[in-house]
Amino acid sequence: MSAAAELTSQEYIKHHLTNLSVGEGFWSFHIDTIGWSVFLGLVFISIFRSVANKATAGVPGKLQCAVEMVVEFVNHSVTSTFHGKNPLIAPLALTIFVWVLLMNAMDWVPVDLIPWIFAQMGVGYMKAVPTTDINMTLGLAVGVFILIVYYSIKVKGVSGFMKELTTQPFGHWSLYPVNFILEVVTLLARPLSLALRLFGNIYAGELIFLLIATLGFFQLPAHFIWAAFHLLVIPLQAFIFMMLTIVYLSLAHEDH
Amino acid sequence: MENVGLLYIAAALLIGLGALGTAIGFGLLGGKFLESAARQPELAPQLQVKMFIVAGLIDAIAMIGVAMGLYILFVVVG
Repeated sequence: MSAAAELTSQEYIKHHLTNLSVGEGFWSFHIDTIGWSVFLGLVFISIFRSVANKATAGVPGKLQCAVEMVVEFVNHSVTSTFHGKNPLIAPLALTIFVWVLLMNAMDWVPVDLIPWIFAQMGVGYMKAVPTTDINMTLGLAVGVFILIVYYSIKVKGVSGFMKELTTQPFGHWSLYPVNFILEVVTLLARPLSLALRLFGNIYAGELIFLLIATLGFFQLPAHFIWAAFHLLVIPLQAFIFMMLTIVYLSLAHEDH
Repeated sequence: MENVGLLYIAAALLIGLGALGTAIGFGLLGGKFLESAARQPELAPQLQVKMFIVAGLIDAIAMIGVAMGLYILFVVVG
């Protein structure tokens, strides 16, 4: 770490949990989160675009095979879950799945490697996994929330949307305010739970990697075991984010 | 800071009680899945996908609790 003094393990962990931020208070920007998420988004788009341009109907290469598998998987999930008509949903699901998967996959890079490289270049703090930043996951969830409200109003109309919010689950007119409060809480809980679920899983995983790193000599076997355990969580969380987005948007498109 | 002991107990409760509920939930979920897979083996792949979806939902609140607990332990307590 730093050449100056021996860091205690607490300081080491806290140092690795701090984002590289610019500005203060409400206007602080986490440059490392923004940088890594944009970079990974560009990686995703450039790989998929280059495969799409060179796609051949003959015997495919391995990269084309992999991309086709991902696209077919997302397509299958969307067609089996989404019961409306909307050309936006499948590309949205593909973007969410691959982008979140790539961002989560940064957790597999050894926990000290990227901060060490950046420290040699003079940058003090660097968190390489964007989804361990609550701001990133909340940004994704707020985007999904805006889409839910937009499509609810577009498909059902403002009056239809309001009717749905006030007449479920109790039918009597005197209970409409109660219904409204309950339904609004449910509606707000969806994006919030999306964000916190993804954040909690990946943050806890990264923190345990950091804790293992403070073990000193015996870290290597423990790192392997935890990384193997984490092999399931990383794609699973991306898949769950995508599935829940599709399910919520399908509910928004429901027109009785 | 004063009363660091209470913060440790808070983190322990967060992680422990979350784990308790999650374990029971996963046990029930897995048991039902195995039963239905034994009844209709041809449905097993579909059911497995749905099982993972529900597993992710059950996991959510517990993981949020774990993240909050670890945050308290390492960032708040100092």
